[in-house]
Amino acid sequence: MTKQLLEGIRVVDFTWHLTGPLTTKHLSDLGAEVIIVESRHRPGWERGKPLSGSTDQYCTGKLSATVNTRDPRGLDLVKKLIAMSDIVADNFAGGAMDRMGLGYKVLKEIKPDIIMLSTSMQGQTGPHFNHPGSGHKLTALAGFSNILGWPDREPGWIAAYTDFIAPRYNIIAIMAALEYRRRTGKGQYLDMSQYEAGMQFMGTLVLDYVVNKRVVGRTGNKCEYAAPYNAYRCQGEDRWCAISVFTDEEWESFCTVIGNPALKNDPKFATFRARKTNEEELDRLVNEWTSTRTAEEVMSKMQAAGVAAGVAETGEDLLDNDPQFKHRKTFVQLEYPDGGKYRTQMGNHFLMSKYTPDMKRAPLLGEHNEYVFKELLGLPDDEYERLIKEEVID
Amino acid sequence: MQEKAESVLGPYRVLDLADEKGLLCGKILGDLGADVIKIERPGGDEARNLGPFYHDEPDPEKSLFWFALNTSKRGITLNIETVDGRVLFRKLVETADFVIESFPPGYLDSLGLGYSDLEKINPRIIMVSITPFGQSGPYRDFKTSDIVAWAMGGEMAPYGDIDRPPIHFSHHSQAFLHAGCDGAQGALTALYHRWDTGEGQQVDVSIQDSVVQCTEHITSGWDLHKMNQKRTEPGSSGGRITQLWPCKDGYVSWFYWGGPMSLRTNVPMVEWLESEGAATDFLTQYDWSKFGFETTPEEIKQIEEPTAKFFMEHTKAELFEGALKNGVQLYPVSTPADMLGSPQLEARGIWAEMEHPELGDTITYPGPTTGYSESPPRISRRAPLIGEHNREIYVDELAVSEEELLVLKQAGVI
Repeated sequence: MTKQLLEGIRVVDFTWHLTGPLTTKHLSDLGAEVIIVESRHRPGWERGKPLSGSTDQYCTGKLSATVNTRDPRGLDLVKKLIAMSDIVADNFAGGAMDRMGLGYKVLKEIKPDIIMLSTSMQGQTGPHFNHPGSGHKLTALAGFSNILGWPDREPGWIAAYTDFIAPRYNIIAIMAALEYRRRTGKGQYLDMSQYEAGMQFMGTLVLDYVVNKRVVGRTGNKCEYAAPYNAYRCQGEDRWCAISVFTDEEWESFCTVIGNPALKNDPKFATFRARKTNEEELDRLVNEWTSTRTAEEVMSKMQAAGVAAGVAETGEDLLDNDPQFKHRKTFVQLEYPDGGKYRTQMGNHFLMSKYTPDMKRAPLLGEHNEYVFKELLGLPDDEYERLIKEEVID
Repeated sequence: MQEKAESVLGPYRVLDLADEKGLLCGKILGDLGADVIKIERPGGDEARNLGPFYHDEPDPEKSLFWFALNTSKRGITLNIETVDGRVLFRKLVETADFVIESFPPGYLDSLGLGYSDLEKINPRIIMVSITPFGQSGPYRDFKTSDIVAWAMGGEMAPYGDIDRPPIHFSHHSQAFLHAGCDGAQGALTALYHRWDTGEGQQVDVSIQDSVVQCTEHITSGWDLHKMNQKRTEPGSSGGRITQLWPCKDGYVSWFYWGGPMSLRTNVPMVEWLESEGAATDFLTQYDWSKFGFETTPEEIKQIEEPTAKFFMEHTKAELFEGALKNGVQLYPVSTPADMLGSPQLEARGIWAEMEHPELGDTITYPGPTTGYSESPPRISRRAPLIGEHNREIYVDELAVSEEELLVLKQAGVI
C-alpha cells in the first residue's frame, strides 16, 4: 500500500453540516486520520442517519468517537486525544469552544504546536462575532444575493452558496499552517470568517464601489462583452443549454451551425454592438433554433464549431450522464456495511499526476470508539466498559 | 525580503501564466508571501481589458478586475511562443517552485513547455493547470465561459424563476474564482507531498469540477431520492416559504425554519415582532413544534404577512440592528457600500490601503481573510503594471544585458 498523502496527520473534528465537514473532508480524503467527536445524546444535525445527505457526502474517510464533553471525564478524554493530534477544527458560533473549556489557549497548553481552526459566520472577534446565522444568510450578507437574478425582479435564491466558498479558504489556511509549522515548528489559531471568505469573490465589485462609488445590481444572464449569452430552451421537459458568443469568429461559426450563414451579415447582428443592441431579438432567434433540438445536440454542435456551450445539467446529468465526470471519476460510489450505497465527490477538488486519493465511506456514529479510547488513549477494557455504562462514552 | 521570510510561502517562487480563469490562484499564493511573477504577453494580458475601470477610464493599466486579482505579484512580459522567450522561461523555471497556467490542454506541450518538459529542467516544479474541463477526457477540448461552467457544473438548472431560463451570477465569473481557489489548494497540497517525495507534479483543476463542488442537495437529491431540484415561481425565492424579503430600501434574508431549528430561530423573531407591536395573535400563539412540511399555505400566509409588513416599514440597516439585538437570524442583502460601512469588517481589519503612485491615489482593498494568529496573509504590493519588473527580473536576476533587453524588446519577445 502506498503512503497516503496526509498520513500521520491526526485531526480532532468538532464540525457538523456543511462548511466545517467540507473543510476536514479535504484532509480525510487525503489520508489524514480525522476523528469526529460527537455525541449520541446531542447529535449534530442529521448525524447518525446514514443516507440522509450531507453527512454521507462530507464525512467520508473520517472516524467517529462519541463522548459527552459535559462530563469532566469526557472532556479529559478529548483533551488527551488533542494532546496527540495535529489539528483541531470546529464550526460552532463564536465563543463556544471557550465555553466548552476547549479554547485555543487551553489547547495550546495541551499541545504547543496545535493548529486550531474555528470557522464561523463572522469570526470569533468583532461586534457581530456571536450572531447566529447560516450559509443562506451569509450569501445575502456577503453581497451575492444582490447580483443574482433578473433586474426587474427580486434577488434570486442560490441556497447556502457561501458554505462552499468558506471551506476553500479554510483548506488553504490549514495547508498553509501545516507548511508554516513544518518550517518553524509553530502551530497557530485560524479564526476564519465566512463573511470574509465570501468577500474574496466580490473583490472587483468592492473596488468598483470604492473607486467609482458604483453599486451594480442584477443583470439576469447578460454578459457585457458577449452576445448571444444566455441559457436557451431545448427539446424535452425543462431542458436548457447555455451558449456564449464572444468574438466575430465565434459568431460566424454560430451562424453556420444554426444553418443560417446569411445571418452573420444581417445589419441587425453583423457587429458586436449590433448584436448587443438587438440582444432580445437575437435571443428569440436562438431559442427558435434550440427549442427543436436536445440540449446535448446543441452543446455538441456548438462545441464542435468552437463555440462555448453546455447543457444546464440536472442532478441526474451530473451523476449519471456526463461523460467528463465519469472520465475524471468525480463521483465515487461508497457503501455502508449494511449495503446502503451512495455517491459523492472527492474532498480535494483537483487531480494530481503523482497521487491518487482513496476515498472511504462516512463512519457510523461511534463506530471507532474502541480504536480511539482503547487503542489510542489506552483505556483498559474494564474502564472503557464502565465509561460506556456511565454514559461518558455515549 | 526579511518580512517575506516570516510569511507562509516566503521561500517559494511562482510563475503565473494564467489568464482570467486562473488569476486568483496566484493572488492567494502571493498574499501568503510567495514571490509571484505574473508573466504577460508583450502589451499585457487580455484580462486587463475587463472592466470596471478606475474612474471609468478604459485603459489596460486601470482595470479594477486586474487590480483585484493580481495583488502581491510582480509583473514581466514574455512571449513564450518565440524561441528566445522559451529560453528565458526555462531559465525562470529553474528558479521556481510553482507554475500556474490556464492554456488549452496540450498548448504548452506544443511549445516544449509542458509539465513533462519542465520536470526535466526542475524535478521539484509543481505545475497547476486550470482549464475548463481538465487535461484529459471527452470534453477536454471544449470551450467554456462563466455561464457554460455554471450550467455544466450543475449549479444553474435549479436556480431562477420557472417562467424564465435558469440563472447564474451577474458580472465577473464566479466559476473561475472557485477554480482559482482549488488551484491554490492543489498547489499547497502538492507542496506538502513534495516534502515527502522530493518531487513536484502536475495539479489538474477542471473548472467544471470546481463548480460541481457547490451543489450538495442537487447531487445528493438525485443520488438518494432520484429527485431533480426544480426552479420555483417568481417572487417566492425558493418555494413554499419566503427567503428574501423586500424592505424599505432593499432586501433582507430571513426564513421561518421548520424542524429542530424552528424554536431556536422562530421564537426570537416573533418576540421581536411582539415587542414592536407588529405581531398578530395568530403569530404569538403559534405552536412552532408543528411548523414544517405539513404546514398549510394559509397558515404560512398568516405567519408571513405581518412579518412582511414589519420589514417594509424599516430599512435593512434598522432590521439588521434589531436582529443583532434580538438574536434573530436575519441578515441584510448587502451591497459593497454596506460592506464598507460594516463595523464587523472594520473591527476584523479586512481593509488594506494600497498606494497606486502611478494614479497618484491610495485605494482601499478588501484584504485576504484575516484571523491567522501566526502568519497572516496580506497584500504585499498592488497589481503590477505591464512589464513593470522586466529590468528587475531579466537584468538583475537572469543577467540579461541592457543591450540584449533592447533587442528582445524590439523582437517582440518582451
